[in-house]
Amino acid sequence: MRLKLLAPLAVFIVICGFLLVGLWRDPREVPSPLIGKPAPPFALAQLHEPAKTLSPADLKGQVWLLNVWASWCVSCREEHPLLIALGKANIVPIIGLDYKDETIAGKRWLSENGDPYTASVVDRDGKVGIDWGVYGVPETFVIDKAGTIRYKQIGPLTAEALEKKIVPLIRELQKS
Amino acid sequence: MSQRISLEARRAEGHPVRWTALLLALTLAAASTLTHAADARPTERDPVAAARAVKLSEKLRCLVCQNQSIADSNAELAQDLRRQIHEQIAAGKTDDEIVAYMVARYGDFVLYEPPFKATTALLWAGPALLVLGGFVGLARILSARRAAVAPALSPDDRRRAEQLLAGGERHKP
Repeated sequence: MRLKLLAPLAVFIVICGFLLVGLWRDPREVPSPLIGKPAPPFALAQLHEPAKTLSPADLKGQVWLLNVWASWCVSCREEHPLLIALGKANIVPIIGLDYKDETIAGKRWLSENGDPYTASVVDRDGKVGIDWGVYGVPETFVIDKAGTIRYKQIGPLTAEALEKKIVPLIRELQKS
Repeated sequence: MSQRISLEARRAEGHPVRWTALLLALTLAAASTLTHAADARPTERDPVAAARAVKLSEKLRCLVCQNQSIADSNAELAQDLRRQIHEQIAAGKTDDEIVAYMVARYGDFVLYEPPFKATTALLWAGPALLVLGGFVGLARILSARRAAVAPALSPDDRRRAEQLLAGGERHKP
């Protein structure tokens, strides 16, 4: 009889537990269905050499990062020092995808803030962004040697995410 | 205060304020239809296709402003996705193909109506289960209460009760 009386309280506590966990989850982080899928192909003109194009197929055989950024994006400034440091460490090629941006503005932004990218491509109309499931800038993808997307960072990179998830993942993928 | 005076002065001249308001409203209305037209470029000559595009974009969630559909939202991404829908309709894609295209890129989250599968079974069946559970609980409580209200009388008890009732009149004043 005592236990029966406690049952509603137990249910209440369980519901509270779910809600409490929910408080710490970011509803803006929508898990990407592209994790574990092949990187969507593109062939985009490079920012610095518009005559040349770059596509994911060119990077097959190596682990690489795709960082989606734009000169109009405010939080890109926040993660930029981390990208510069990562570029200097020279552990992985970083491809910059200049999303819905003007070439001139993109170039100026990189010359002002530093250019961490192995190569940059311009997605003028955002179509490649849609193919990659981009819904905000910045976003960063980790692609393995076989060309499969392994991880997606939604929002700016953080020192914690780099140290705990991204760099260990890159090292592990490079070994295989 | 000075504004009020000037308004009254204007009114005296034959309601030019109202005319300005009307003109403003008309301009805004024209502007909004213009932007709509620009949005619907690939299908604007085909009302059936345009209606399809609107219906589809109402089913899809904008990932930037998550409580608005692609049809409602004016976020850049929503505009781009609306353009995608129009282009794909113009290219002869079916509704299912277009929805599959969106889900492949953004996951089930883009759908306002999530599909029924193992991970969403509780979501879909939950309310029905709750109602069912409620009825089962209610039935149990009611039957327990009926048992409590009408306790079965043993033949001995019944005899005693009858004796008491029959003899009870003697004690009445």
